[in-house]
Formats: sequence, structure tokens, C-alpha cells
Amino acid sequence: MHTNNTSKLKNRVILNKLFKLLFIFATSIALLFLGVLIYRILSQGLDYLTIDFLKNYPAPYIEEAGIFAGLMGSLFMIAITAPVAIILGVSTAIYLEEYAKQNKFTRFIQVNVQNLAGVPSIVFGLLGLTFFVYMLELGYTLIAGALTMSLLVLPVIVVAAQEAIRSVPKELRDASIGMGATKWQTIWRIVLPASIPGILTGSILALSRAIGETAPLIIVGAAAAIYTIPDSIFSKYTVMPMQIWSWTSRPQEEWQYVAAAGIIVLLIILLCMNAIAVWIRNKFQNRY
Amino acid sequence: MTKKANLNYSVQEMISKNKKSNSLGNLVEKLVPIFLLFCAIVSVLTTIGIVFTLLKESLTFFTKVSLKDFYFGTEWSPWTDKFGVAPLITGTLLITVIAICVALPIGLAAAIYLSEYASEKVRRTIKPILEILAGIPTVVYGFFALTFVSPLLGEIFTDMKIFNALSAGIVVGIMIIPMIASLSEDAMSAVPRSLRDGALGLGATKFEVAIKVVLPAALSGIIASVVLAISRAIGETMIVTIAAGATPNMTFDPTQSIQTLTAFIVQGATGDTSYHSVIYNSIYAVGFTLFVFTLLMNILSQYISRKFREDY
Amino acid sequence: MTTIINNNAAFSIEDFNLWYGNDQAIHQINMKIPRNEITAVIGPSGCGKSTLLKTLNRMIETIPSVNTSGSIKYNDKDIFSKKMLVEELRTHVGMVFQKPNPFPKSIYENVAYGPKIHGIKKKKVLDEIVEKSLRGAAIWDEVKDRLNQNAYGLSGGQQQRICIARCLAIEPDVILMDEPTSALDPISTLKVEELIKELKKDYTIVIVTHNMQQAARISDKTAFMLNGELVEFTDTDQLFSNPKDKRTEDYITGRFG
Repeated sequence: MHTNNTSKLKNRVILNKLFKLLFIFATSIALLFLGVLIYRILSQGLDYLTIDFLKNYPAPYIEEAGIFAGLMGSLFMIAITAPVAIILGVSTAIYLEEYAKQNKFTRFIQVNVQNLAGVPSIVFGLLGLTFFVYMLELGYTLIAGALTMSLLVLPVIVVAAQEAIRSVPKELRDASIGMGATKWQTIWRIVLPASIPGILTGSILALSRAIGETAPLIIVGAAAAIYTIPDSIFSKYTVMPMQIWSWTSRPQEEWQYVAAAGIIVLLIILLCMNAIAVWIRNKFQNRY
Repeated sequence: MTKKANLNYSVQEMISKNKKSNSLGNLVEKLVPIFLLFCAIVSVLTTIGIVFTLLKESLTFFTKVSLKDFYFGTEWSPWTDKFGVAPLITGTLLITVIAICVALPIGLAAAIYLSEYASEKVRRTIKPILEILAGIPTVVYGFFALTFVSPLLGEIFTDMKIFNALSAGIVVGIMIIPMIASLSEDAMSAVPRSLRDGALGLGATKFEVAIKVVLPAALSGIIASVVLAISRAIGETMIVTIAAGATPNMTFDPTQSIQTLTAFIVQGATGDTSYHSVIYNSIYAVGFTLFVFTLLMNILSQYISRKFREDY
Repeated sequence: MTTIINNNAAFSIEDFNLWYGNDQAIHQINMKIPRNEITAVIGPSGCGKSTLLKTLNRMIETIPSVNTSGSIKYNDKDIFSKKMLVEELRTHVGMVFQKPNPFPKSIYENVAYGPKIHGIKKKKVLDEIVEKSLRGAAIWDEVKDRLNQNAYGLSGGQQQRICIARCLAIEPDVILMDEPTSALDPISTLKVEELIKELKKDYTIVIVTHNMQQAARISDKTAFMLNGELVEFTDTDQLFSNPKDKRTEDYITGRFG
């Protein structure tokens, strides 16, 4: 009886160890994927990542191909998307958190924002195609793409800004209102400054998603190869992921290396944006 | 009064003087909420816009192609006027099933490891690294699937196509691992310490606690995360466009080239389609089908996590 | 204030009732809060004393679903009337809160906040107001060399005195204090109490406290509340030495609460 129990216990302990190893193994597989992906891209693309690659326009010859148009296109696009999405998103968040009454309409907006965050990006592309490209007759232009992207990242920014605003303690609002400050004065001078780190972190992460997006821009007509940088918001444009996609789809294997070089540039930009977001978050964490 | 001793003016008097001249401030106070409401309505208009555009163009499409032909037809070949959406749906399903087969075991195991076994320090290191996987652009995943996973699998399955469902599905799975891992880990971490301590106090091993106590208690959160991940997999576009091919194919053989709903939308929008042609309308009908699928999944996920939130 | 006030009460509360949704928190209160004195409100937790205090500058309205009946007059003006701008009421009736709640800004910006939101912009004037307010709150000497540092770097007691200085900066007539020392250590409490006694010269002070000794030490008049009712309101000495009501006696002798 006694030995039986001991051996049972032993089995259970062994089982525990076994499964712990299994769980660690599974976690490592996920990390391994990441490692292999990054190793592959670096080993394929590093040789092609030259100063010329950064300075050149796309070209039919591998030696002359570059990502300059895509890089500038992405930057111009973000320069439009960021203010539009952040102003709309933060305003929506302030409305929902500070002004909206607890009624059906408010709940509807809230649920709507949540669901919008789950809509596939390509569907936003279809919206952009109908509304911005055809109805507003903007055509396949930078502004049409940037506005489509603004709507795509809007729900993410709203949710992040709401969290940041909610985390400002009620005591600070009370202190301001208690001195005769109006609601807007309190929001503008106390709530917003206190929630800016959270808003910035969320916005940067949302915009980094926009920089990596391809599908909706394909639909609203970003060009695959273009030999100029945009000179107005009504210019034709391309962005880094479009460029990478077009190089990836070419049959000759060498173009893969060019694509990999483009991917490295894209990933470095995303890495920098994420690093800034994490830095802001850590610097301003737990202030209250 | 002593409180005014040091100053030769009264603050309250200055304030009331400013009040009288401050009509601009009052105006701002009234206009700001209106502006904010207007911004909040943009997100509602976006939803309405999506539904409206999808419906409008789809309805035009259905005047040219019957609902029956679209939803029950088994051949998708728009350039020869065959609009049976079933192959695109099976293609999407095939990708989703493969992706979940990859992401569920790995994501769940990682979640259990992080929440039940790993030290705080390990958890705080590994979780952000896993979340990097979610931040990598999908075009990069597509590139990886086509140039690395597909040739690698080709060594194993000799009759494998270069564009195939398997490699795309696996990579979609990798992409959604962090979603399952992260959200499931949150759900498990939310299980109160006391429940675990009760079982550990009775001599249960960590594994038994994880399986018999934590997993059941966190089940709704885990299911919600999986449903959300399925929705992401259905809507994923670039990986399948690049690596799964453009062959609408009613098959469940993962070594074959297929086409998903999303990949057709890309093909339809980039191909030689003129505005208001049948093919142009058809991408909206396909988009509408896709939208309904993902919306149902999202609503289901929200319902599950709300319904069972207050378990403990 | 330029208006001449005949009556000696800062606040006259008449037949006042207050509900949170369907729960009545304050029952039929009548009291006159005298000018330039310290009035303490004591009572067990949940008796409605904080609710009453927050009603005096209408801060209670930040909680949804609050309903009131009866009237409260501040300087003979109904605080609930349409003509009374809530922002104006609050510039005359300042408030110090339970937990020190400085803004995450510099000490200077904290104190200058009130004058700034009310449109005072001149740097020189602001400088003077900040110094005078910090002196008034007996903290000038401790912070005068670091006015540009974040107020979060100060100790709890110092933070609370910054909050008092912030309140003084707009020269209110009344200061409402909601258990201002409950989050402080004994030494900081003593300093704040001395400050409150000092402020009495220029301000009407209403202080809610769970600490009977504190009420006895600093106040001129004391109100005892129980279950949303005003049980007894009279001179502090009399309330503590010779309570009229049996319930007051039970409370101050520590038989409940």
C-alpha cells in the first residue's frame, strides 16, 4: 500500500517535470521561429543593404534597385496618417471617457470601436477604394492611402488613449474642478498632460502597424514601382511594404535578396519606433 | 485683512474682472464637446461606410450573378464568369485550420509555461519577445513562407507545389501565436492565487494545478483568445497572397495551391478590372462574405469573454 | 467680496436631503455654518459627513445619479440656482482633499494653477501670489529653493501643505477640508493642524474629521452626524463636555463608531 502510493507520487512528479519540459519546448519553438526568420532575412539581405540601396529608386536591374521611393512614401504617408488618426482617436477617447453619458448611444460607439479593431485590414482597403478613391475622386493618390490608413489605426489609438485617460486618478480631476476650473480646462491642463505618455506609446505602436501594412494600400492603388517621391498629397506613391511585395513576387531568385534588404530597412524602422514606445512607457510608468 | 497684506490687489477681484471679459472661454467650453462628439462619430461613420459600400457593390453584383450561384456554386473563375465562392471559402478554412493547429498547442503551452512555471523575470523577458512576432509586418511573413518554409517543406513532401496552403497556413499560425499566448496568459494570471494555493496545499503538482484548476477557470478567456485568433487568420491577406497561390481550388490537400477570400480581393483589385465591371463588384461580394465571417467571430469572442468574466 | 452681508452665516442649510440613486444619504439637515470660524463635522464612517461637505461646493455633482432637495445658501445666494455658476462658487469655496493630490507638475505650477485658469497671466503677479500662498501655508521656507521641482518629490505632509497653498492662491472665502490629515503621520498632522488654526483668521473653515481629538483641538463649533442626520451642532467645548443628545454622548465616549 505504502510503496504503491510512493510510486504514484513519483509518477506524478515525473509527469510534472515532463510537461514542464514540453511547455518550455513549445515556448522555445515560438522563439526559434522568430530567430530563424530574423537570421534568414539578415543573411539574405545584409549584402544588398548599401547606401545606394537606400538612395536609389526601384530599377529593373538588381544592382541599381533601391528603396528610396518606398522609404519616402512611407514617411509622407505617416506624416498625414499620424495627425489625422491621433486627433480623431484622442478626441474620441476624451469624448467617451469625459463627456459621454452612460447611455445606449455611448455603449454603441464603444462596441463599434471594439469591432472596428477586429475588421480585417483589407476591408478597410475596400472602404477606401469606394469612398476616397471613387466617391471623393481622390484617385490612387497619397492622400487616399493615408486617410484609409488613418481609419485603420483609429480604433487602436482610441482604445489606447481611453486606457491612458482612465488611468489618470480621479483625485487630480477633483483638485482641478475644486478650484473652479471648467471641465475643458481640467482636461486640457491636467488630464491630457498626465495621459500623454500612454497616448504616445499607443499611438506609436498603432502607427508602426500602419507602416507595415500592405493589403489595404494595394486595394487603394499604391504603386508597386515608382520613380519619384511624392511632391504633393495628390501624387502617386509607393510604400516600403509595397516595394518588398513587388520584389518578392518576381520569379528570379536574386530579387529575394533585394526584398530581404528592403525588409531589413522596414524592420529597423519598426524596431526604432517600438524602442521609443517602450522607453516612453518605462520612463513614465507608475507615476501616481 | 491680513491675507491681502502683501499684495496691493485682490486675486478674487482680478478673477472676477477676467471672468467678465472671458466670453471666448465660454465659447470654447461649449464648442469642444461638439467637436469631440463629431470625432467620435467618425468611427461610427467608418463602420456604416464599410457596411454601406460592401452592401451596395455586393447588391449590384447580385443583380448580375444570383445568390444561389455565388454561395452554392463550386467553381470560382471570374474571368470566365464562374462565380461560385465555395473554393475561396474552403481555401480560407484550410489556411485557418492549419494555422490553428500550429498556434493553439504552441500558444497555449507557452501561456501555461509563462503563467504557471516561469519566474517573474523570465516571464517579463519572454512575453515581449513573443509579442514581437505579432508586430512583424505580414508581407515579411509572406516572404518567409515563400522563400524558406515552402522550399523546406518541399524537401519532405516531394509533390508539393511552390505555392501551397501548408506553408502559408503554418506561417499564419506563427503570426497568431502571440495573440493566443498573450491573451490566454492574461486569463490564467487572472485566476486568483487562492485557488492555486488550495490545490497546492493538498499536495498537487504544478502540472495538476495548471490542468485541473487554472485551465478550467481561465477557459472562457482562452476560448475567446482562440476565436479572436481565428478571426485574424481568416482576415489575413499578405501571407496567403504571396505564399498560398492564386488557384481557387476546392481541396483539403494542404500541399496544393489554393486561393483565399482575401487573396482574391487582392488579385481582383490589382488585375485588369475596370470600375463597375462584374469582377469589380465581385471583390465586394467576397469582401462582404469575409466581413461577416470575421464580425461573427469577433462578436462571439466578446460574448464569451463578457459572459464568463465574473467567474470568481 | 464687495457685497455687504448682514447675516453672520457663510452657509445656511435648510431642510436639505440628498440621495445616491434610491439611497438617501442625508436626511433633513438644518444648520448655519458661521463665518471666520472653524466648524468640524464628526461622525462614524458612512454617516454622510463627507457627502455634506462635498455638497457645499457642489463637488458631489461629479458623482452621477445624485439628487437633492431643500436649499443651501452661500452668502444668501442659493448654490443650486441657475444663476450660480458652479465654477464661480468653487473659486470662493475651495477644497482640500483627504489624500494629498498635487498635480504631477512643479511646486510653482501647482500653486499657480488656480490663478492661471482664472486668467491671471502676468509672471510677476503669479510670482507674488505663489510666494504669498506658500508662506500662508507655512511651507515657503521648506520649498523656496526648489520651486521648479516636481511636487511628487515632497513628503506626504509637505504635499498636503502644497495643496493648501494651491487652494489659498485664489483667495477663497471658505476652505472645505475632507479629513485632510487622515493620510499623514502624527508630526505632519500637527503641522497641518497648526496651519489650520492660523488660517482661521482669514478664512471660514469647514473640516470633516474622523478624529474626535482633532475636532476638539482645532474647531470652534462641532457638528455630530449619524446615519445622514445632524444629531447635534453647537460650540465644540459644549459638545464634548456636555452633549445634549444621548447618541452624541455614546459616540464621543467611544461606545460605538
